[in-house]
Amino acid sequence: CFILPAASTSLPHGGAVRMVCRLVMGARMVASTRSFADFTPQASFDVKKCELHRLEAGPSETAVLTREQGLQYYRTMQTMRRMELKADQLYKQKIIRGFCHLYDGQEACAMGIEAGINPTDHLITAYRAHGYTFTRGVSVREILAELTGRRGGVAKGKGGSMHMYAKHFYGGNGIVGAQVPLGAGVALACQYQGNNQVCVALYGDGAANQGQIFESFNMAALWKLPCIFICENNKFGMGTSVERSSASTDYFKRGDYIPGIKVDGMDVLCVREAIKFAADYCRAGKGPIVMELETYRYHGHSMSDPGVSYRSREEIQEVRSKSDPITMLKERMLSNNMASVEEIKEIDVEIRKVIEDAAQFAISDPEPPLDELCNHIFANNPPMEVRGTNPWVKLKSVS
Amino acid sequence: MLHRWDGARFLPDRTLGIQAKEFNLGIIRPVNRVSHGLRVNVRDALNQAMDEELERDERVFLLGEEVAQYDGAYKVSRGLWKKYGDKRIIDTPITEMGFAGIAVGAAFAGLRPICEFMTWNFSMQAIDQVINSAAKTYYMSAGAQPVPIVFRGPNGSSAGVAAQHSQCFAAWYGHCPGLKVVSPWNSEDARGLLKAAIRDDNPVVFLENELMYGVPFDLSEEVMQKDFVVPIGKAKVERQGTHITLVSHSRCVGFCLDAATVLAKEGVECEVVNLRTIRPLDVDTIEASVMKTGHLVTVEGGWPQYGVGAEICARVMEGPAFNYLDAPAVRVTGVDIPMPYAKILEDHSVPQIKDIIFSVKKVLNIVFLIVTSSDYFIAINCSVTEIKLPFYQS
Repeated sequence: CFILPAASTSLPHGGAVRMVCRLVMGARMVASTRSFADFTPQASFDVKKCELHRLEAGPSETAVLTREQGLQYYRTMQTMRRMELKADQLYKQKIIRGFCHLYDGQEACAMGIEAGINPTDHLITAYRAHGYTFTRGVSVREILAELTGRRGGVAKGKGGSMHMYAKHFYGGNGIVGAQVPLGAGVALACQYQGNNQVCVALYGDGAANQGQIFESFNMAALWKLPCIFICENNKFGMGTSVERSSASTDYFKRGDYIPGIKVDGMDVLCVREAIKFAADYCRAGKGPIVMELETYRYHGHSMSDPGVSYRSREEIQEVRSKSDPITMLKERMLSNNMASVEEIKEIDVEIRKVIEDAAQFAISDPEPPLDELCNHIFANNPPMEVRGTNPWVKLKSVS
Repeated sequence: MLHRWDGARFLPDRTLGIQAKEFNLGIIRPVNRVSHGLRVNVRDALNQAMDEELERDERVFLLGEEVAQYDGAYKVSRGLWKKYGDKRIIDTPITEMGFAGIAVGAAFAGLRPICEFMTWNFSMQAIDQVINSAAKTYYMSAGAQPVPIVFRGPNGSSAGVAAQHSQCFAAWYGHCPGLKVVSPWNSEDARGLLKAAIRDDNPVVFLENELMYGVPFDLSEEVMQKDFVVPIGKAKVERQGTHITLVSHSRCVGFCLDAATVLAKEGVECEVVNLRTIRPLDVDTIEASVMKTGHLVTVEGGWPQYGVGAEICARVMEGPAFNYLDAPAVRVTGVDIPMPYAKILEDHSVPQIKDIIFSVKKVLNIVFLIVTSSDYFIAINCSVTEIKLPFYQS
């Protein structure tokens, strides 16, 4: 990689400090012996060339990262990581129950995608959804409180881990593969309304063999829907490796007549460049595109899966030490003088506090009130009666 | 015996003033014990039944997600792949419609597949193959093509798995002619019905229950015989009684028995009928019981509308037992909503023992003391048991 001339040399010293203060988005001032003018404001990085399917040209092989962006990506990914680890802890304490599918290891996918699309674009994914719920704008407090089933949760405690929603984020879906036609439908609505938005529909390597995905491919291609189909390939569908589930493991080629891109899902910049390319492709009206993000999950499939009966601990350790997405970004920034070790440490401390506060809220917030039980059955409906467990129990339901 | 959430056990006469929140009467935490000798939990009963049937008949094989190398998502097929190998225990990709169809096709051509759905919620992806390809084929072919297949998996609500993973499909599949639908409660049911299902030449929908997998039961020598089968289509009277009939299936049978124990302290003797089979429904046993007791309460985990209880009540109305009813028959069911996630909401979405007790007393017209949410006491004719119902409207 090479370093562009520092922009601050053209500004007076005081101006550089003001500019960087604005850039560092409200983080506390770092009391270090170096002045802000020492940091490189932006740099260009090489990203792995993406294998292409039915495409002449692909995403850019260099990514420009500003200091501001780098810190933001780091902060977001580290928050996701710590949030998932906190969820792990709460689950082991039996404060979270039911299903809990953790995303740690895959942060670069969610962050890279969010960095490359607009907030007005749409996104839908499967049950490993906490990371996307966060990048799509839901606070850690609301996510953890939903996991603990409290009234302050994003779905008021009624949805749980797999059913969290936000504006332009359609969950969180429990049935493997079902979210893909849903995503194609969102794309249909975008095309119908002519709003120049795209929909990102995510699924895993396990889901990639679902028939409904191929049905979605066909209709999206036929009607040129602005849909980006993304396969997050973390090598295992629950306990089944990709070799044992799929006759073809080239998931980016499975769209056949739909162009595809294979992306290094552990590099947030590679993901960002790829999704920018894909979004431009869709917005130009060329139809859908398929992406495969090669990534890895550190935890088992869910909290009831230790994750080591079908893969070795050595393998997990190797990925952690060689390809961890957060470590990679941190090292890039440090070695290019885009951030200091103290600064990163401070961000970590802040994030720890945010997570602790959120966990405290999630534990202490009361459970939903019983008169919420039957609400939200129908929308825009007059209040109605709902049968309880026996004919003498008549419960009330409002929209 | 009532089980509290922290493992404490209480005899009914010490639990006057039952508070559902504290006792979580509906939820018995399963203990994942390995079965020793003749004390066998439901999971192991299913495992042993499959093992014995795989050994007995070469044409039997198991396919489904994670059934082989993972030992089963809920460990029901533990050890089978090690013993029988790739040919007889097959891991499928996550493609229900596809592998259910493949299983039915294999049954057409002479094999006897056991097709596992990781939960019955996922069977909706494949329901066309179950109904149109499996259930109706023998009829459409005028007897030329039997379909000896078993579809099995956990059904109904679990603990904290939310709306898309908690539905009961007994009524859905029970609606369809050409299918046999069974719903075992205890280990004897599980073992005997699974053997019967595998040996049956017809498509059988086998509805297990995840929360029952770890629950142990004592099994007699007779039940442990390799050729022990529980006939499909025959209900069992688990407890004799004289005042009222409780008809139930699957996990709710246990709740009925617990409710019966509480009520017995007050002199109300309940007869508890374990349906065992949803289709064909054993109407004779139900009618005989209703004609004896004159009162009927059905108990199920599924939704009320067009459900198992509704069918039982309709059959009783249409048959001789109607003339013996001293009060309308009543259904205890899950609440008519998608399953919420939060614990307090989930606990109030499924029938609890107190709901069964309440309904029995209403049907039998037994008066009792009610403490309402505003602490207004209605005292009519002395105490029996006090039940606090915090959010009921009447």
